[in-house]
Amino acid sequence: MASQLVEKYMRTEHLPHIWCPGCGNGVIMHAVVRAIDKLELDKNKVCIVSGIGCSSRAAGYLDFNTIHTTHGRALAFATGIKLAKPELEVVVIAGDGDIAAIGGNHLIHAARRNVGMTVVVINNNIYGMTGGQYSPATPAGEFGTTAPYGNIDRPFDIAALAAGAGASFTARGTVYNPAQITSCIQKGILHKGFSLIECISVCPVYYGRKNKKGSVIDMIKWQRDNSIPVEKAGKLPPEELKGKIVTGVLSQATYPEYTEEYAKIIEKVSGGINYEQA
Amino acid sequence: MSRLVLMQGNEACVEGAIACGMRFFAGYPITPSTEIAEYCALRLPMVKGHFIQMEDEIASMAAVIGASVAGVKSMTATSGPGFSLKQENIGYASAAEIPCVIVNAQRSGPSTGLPTSPSQGDVMQSRWGTHGDHPIIVLSPSSVSETYTLIIRAFNLSEKYRTPVIFLMDEMVGHLREGIEIPEHIEIVNRKVIKGGQSQHMPYRIPDGECAPVFAPFGEGDRYNITGLIHDESGFPTNSHIEANRMITRLMRKIEDNVDDIVATEERYTEDADIAVLCYGGTTRSVLEAIDEARSKGIRVGMFRPITLWPFPEKELFKLSGKIKKLIVAEHNYGQIVLEAERVVKNNCSLKFTGKVDGTLISPAEILRAIEED
Amino acid sequence: MVKLVIVMKTLKTIDKWCKGCGICVEFCPKNVLGLIDDKVTVQNKEECIFCGQCELRCPDYAIFAEENNYEQAGFNARQ
Ligand SMILES: Cc1ncc(C[n+]2csc(CCOP(=O)(O)OP(=O)(O)O)c2C)c(N)n1
Ligand code: SF4
Ligand code: SF4
Ligand code: SF4
Repeated sequence: MASQLVEKYMRTEHLPHIWCPGCGNGVIMHAVVRAIDKLELDKNKVCIVSGIGCSSRAAGYLDFNTIHTTHGRALAFATGIKLAKPELEVVVIAGDGDIAAIGGNHLIHAARRNVGMTVVVINNNIYGMTGGQYSPATPAGEFGTTAPYGNIDRPFDIAALAAGAGASFTARGTVYNPAQITSCIQKGILHKGFSLIECISVCPVYYGRKNKKGSVIDMIKWQRDNSIPVEKAGKLPPEELKGKIVTGVLSQATYPEYTEEYAKIIEKVSGGINYEQA
Repeated sequence: MSRLVLMQGNEACVEGAIACGMRFFAGYPITPSTEIAEYCALRLPMVKGHFIQMEDEIASMAAVIGASVAGVKSMTATSGPGFSLKQENIGYASAAEIPCVIVNAQRSGPSTGLPTSPSQGDVMQSRWGTHGDHPIIVLSPSSVSETYTLIIRAFNLSEKYRTPVIFLMDEMVGHLREGIEIPEHIEIVNRKVIKGGQSQHMPYRIPDGECAPVFAPFGEGDRYNITGLIHDESGFPTNSHIEANRMITRLMRKIEDNVDDIVATEERYTEDADIAVLCYGGTTRSVLEAIDEARSKGIRVGMFRPITLWPFPEKELFKLSGKIKKLIVAEHNYGQIVLEAERVVKNNCSLKFTGKVDGTLISPAEILRAIEED
Repeated sequence: MVKLVIVMKTLKTIDKWCKGCGICVEFCPKNVLGLIDDKVTVQNKEECIFCGQCELRCPDYAIFAEENNYEQAGFNARQ
């Protein structure tokens, strides 16, 4: 028997999961169910949508309505689900490559529309599943199997990208601090509209090894020593924030939520003219 | 009492779909299918359905699958380049057995091609556009009124066999305006549904007497996993070669074992025919005109029209080929369905192809020439 | 009459799930844990303060505190 939380929300017959020792995916998946548990959501109404990647395998382990879709397209599938059945609580789990490279277009448009869903991005700064190629979140100068001479791409700040595109809630946490991730996800789910929580993860096997980051423990300690809460970050000059991870709720705003706006259109026209005779 | 109305092909497609319960549409504008999205935007909220213009065709296809997973009959429409973009997720719907209808109002290709010109160049792509062995059903309407009734059949087959159905229109039919009769009674097939945990964690198990797994819509109490990976009866991914073989074989046989239910064809004047013209979709009009002309000259020629393009009506064509001397395949491309015809007809009769890739319609005169030539 | 509820917490580990990453061992504030043959082991049970850090951080759900509540019926506070 596993813990009550794990027994209640995970398909334990499929555990242990496929992830490597120390991989941050398991920690973040745990935070997702903890947040759902704290909010006492009805399991039958929760829908987990993921793309393709190591992180996206989370969907299969979770005991909700789960759909593991195609690479990068989770947000578009989720949009269809949410619009067709707005009463569902839609949570998307996606890797940095999934959400910001192949799925980048869907990210900015889902954020812009402000469709009510919560997006948990597992950012391990690399393509894990395909074996360590650089992603849009790999810092410049770092290495990947496709950046043998160092990455010359400039990385995205995924949370800022989403906020810039109109996401009404963005937050960031690290696997060093799972309690903070939990609380951010909780707030994200409660928030009405499109919310995105960027979880800075660890991929000790590819990102860690390629970039000589030491053991998974060293990587987690690095997060501990380089995280700055957003409240404190606001008071620091930009130089001091270089290479740091700013954590906490980064932005929050109130915009009309998409499915509610559509409901108003239905309300207005569904009783109206009889088109067939018009 | 049926009603008589004037409609464009694209509009008939939407009205037929709505009549049989389509309540979700996601799309991205592209000529010559755009009117379908426009009609959906106008009509769906009136019947409490949803329309959304997505950021591209990939997203549209994904949203359609998402809505269907939630239990809503869903459709998308596109043309040319947009059809190419949809392919990956069409394969997903095929593998995960999510019912949905994809309308492709074909236009001239390849690439951006001749955007406003008619063509039937996507026949092979509609069968094999997505990677891997997969089942698919493709229907082709040849008139506005058939568009209305056949789109309903597309949904019925999709719901029954839990597979994507491609509704292969062409520019000709999509933009044609005709007076059509709206039938009073239509047959509607809805997917069989289980709720409240009835699937017992085995949502992909086929109950006795069913041809496809029974559908458990999201949010109704059956929590399970859907994936495009090879999966077992629980919906969970597996690397087992036995499961892979079982899943793919079952998917293919779902269609193969039911061809008689799925295949529809139309034959005209074939009883006494020495020659038959095989055609489909928008080309049919020219063919019928040419046949009338030829018959008035005393040539005994008939028409064979696959309404179901895939699975290809092998049995029906084979039977006909034993009765005629010559089969002419007329299609608006460089030669696609003709390859199937060759495979089926073998040496039963001679075979001739007449096609076109210049963006203009095949004229009755061109077909007549093919009929009269040896 | 007052009901007395005794909460018993015990550390549980799941060998089959533990992948030996050592995260719990490193971040335990009381040095309760260790690794033997790449599997977590509780080495100083008495020191555990049930802070929950190990459970929170374990990527494999292989360590957690199990709570058992025992109710002692008929307990009278004035006795
Ligand atoms: C269309 C498509 N292109 C490429 C792939 C191969 N692929 C699978 S996962 C992946 C990247 C995964 O990286 P990320 O999204 O960051 O997730 P991670 O594995 O790191 O969790 C790629 C490129 C694919 N499955 N589909
Ligand atoms: S490759 Fe990296 S991201 Fe993937 S499971 Fe292993 S550690 Fe995790
Ligand atoms: S609960 Fe806290 S003190 Fe006890 S073993 Fe875990 S981390 Fe150490
Ligand atoms: S953190 Fe979990 S998997 Fe890692 S050593 Fe501890 S119990 Fe094992």
